[in-house]
Amino acid sequence: MSETSFRIGFMPLVDAALPILAREFGFAEAEGIALELVRDLSWATVNDRLLYGHSDAAHLLAPLAIATTLGLGRPATALSVPFVLGLNGNAITVRPDLAAQVTRVGAPGDVTAIGTRLAGVARAARDAGKKLRFGVVHRYSSHNYMLRYWLIGCGIDPDCDVDIVTVAPPFAADSLAAGEIDGICVGEPWNSVAVDRGVGVIVAVTSQIWLRGVEKVLAMRTARMEEDPDLTARLLRALYRAGVAFVDPERREEIAAILARPEYLDGSATLIGHAISDRIVFAQGAEPIDVPDFMFQHREAANFPWVSQAAWLYAQMCVAGHATPNETDYLAAQRVFRPDVYRAALRPLGVPLPGASSKLEGGIAESLGVGTTQGRLILGADRFFDARSFDPADLTGYFGGFKP
Amino acid sequence: MRIAIVDESAARAAVIEEGLRDAGLSDVTTFVDRQGIAARLEMLSPDVVLINLANPHRDELEELFALSKAMGRPVAMFVDQSDVAGIEAAIDAGVSAYVVDGLKKERIRPILELAIRRFRAYSRLRTELDEARSALAERKAIDQAKVLLMRKRGIDEPAAYAALRKAAMDSGRRIGDVADAIVTADRLMGDL
Repeated sequence: MSETSFRIGFMPLVDAALPILAREFGFAEAEGIALELVRDLSWATVNDRLLYGHSDAAHLLAPLAIATTLGLGRPATALSVPFVLGLNGNAITVRPDLAAQVTRVGAPGDVTAIGTRLAGVARAARDAGKKLRFGVVHRYSSHNYMLRYWLIGCGIDPDCDVDIVTVAPPFAADSLAAGEIDGICVGEPWNSVAVDRGVGVIVAVTSQIWLRGVEKVLAMRTARMEEDPDLTARLLRALYRAGVAFVDPERREEIAAILARPEYLDGSATLIGHAISDRIVFAQGAEPIDVPDFMFQHREAANFPWVSQAAWLYAQMCVAGHATPNETDYLAAQRVFRPDVYRAALRPLGVPLPGASSKLEGGIAESLGVGTTQGRLILGADRFFDARSFDPADLTGYFGGFKP
Repeated sequence: MRIAIVDESAARAAVIEEGLRDAGLSDVTTFVDRQGIAARLEMLSPDVVLINLANPHRDELEELFALSKAMGRPVAMFVDQSDVAGIEAAIDAGVSAYVVDGLKKERIRPILELAIRRFRAYSRLRTELDEARSALAERKAIDQAKVLLMRKRGIDEPAAYAALRKAAMDSGRRIGDVADAIVTADRLMGDL
């Protein structure tokens, strides 16, 4: 079989692992794809390359795929997400002295209690005329929406009580060190880098805010995806196999070493290994702690693009004032996620495929067997820290709890 | 027309600024240093922001453009969505642009075309410079290898060069690489 060349853009983050491993472990090659990876240091560049044909697909922030489809801040281009590259995997890291005021430094804590203490500090800082500044990696990022969701749930108005600014992941530690920000919500290994340098302490991981919340996705121009369904299917199968390899404990060290290479994350294999093994060092000098739900790259159909996850993100975009709620955009946002393409591609592998395309987000309190079109599938809890749930069929009712 | 150039490379920014000035566009400000760039950009309030595609701070700037009340809502590329070729040319050249919403495309297009030409010229210049540098390094290695061969094998210069050329041809390598290997080996082995 002759090889089809295919380019995927990515940012240097642990959750770019599946495309990288699809190439390095030969899964792409086995599907007749000569996979080339293009590394960039800003999401804007990753997105530009995707939109104008420098890349065929991209490791992308899920909300950015939706924002691009809706034409927020740029001319609209329809993007599709046939595969989720990971759930969770981010953390909130703050200045060590601020951490000492809100949490037991070096260990995970109850995020509601931590958030409530943070609210006190934030209001005092606001009243003193020096608001706390939080960094997020992009305006349209799950980092931004999860941070805002947490702040709101703890009584902090993210628009009035604090400042939220954009800081690219590789600059997280520098910005904390320079005092440009007081905290940041960022993906790995950049929290671990800040902790290792002693300029930040992890106070929460995003799986504590929304367990099994959608993170990076594989995004393609819809036109590109649909012009060659067979190629798309082969790519998805290669990525799926990379997911299987990612969760193999035997391969952790090898995977960390691959990701650490200069052409990928260009960083320390030890620090990258924290996220891969779900063993997180919360503060400099602290013992690593098992956080079994830190990130999901494969298990429990983590790669399945639940339409309800896109719907939740759209709801948060409305709450943040980034989008104005309307039925047309809501439908367009949900159509970005393509479970139909996922199912068609993975059916031949005989892997479990959810029968539904949407679920009540935050509705699974304990592990639950769910209906499938093939295979057996147990989904773990997907709770929000405030125990609220999100019904995609009732967007207006959901907004009742917020002030969009 | 007020133009801002944001680029981590001072040399490239200078090449672009010069091009714009030559074309009679005099209201041009260059930003190389990231420090305080947000406040300075807001104060300048440019109509067009030209920025190198791979600039690692673009996400911060896009956030600024989305929020700023002082600036006229610059939006990402470009002139006109129907102008796909123009946009692709820019991306290929490594330039990205943000243009204040509503600005007439006839006014933007020449600026963008000029930026593309200048970006390309700059990369060409860089390539030529790199090539010149490596040619120079190669010449130096060949001269050193010849001297080593002449001394150790008691042959003259044409014979030394012929030996190098033959070794290169036999092993399918470049003569510079063979020379480099000889020089490196000599440094490691000394007089063994």
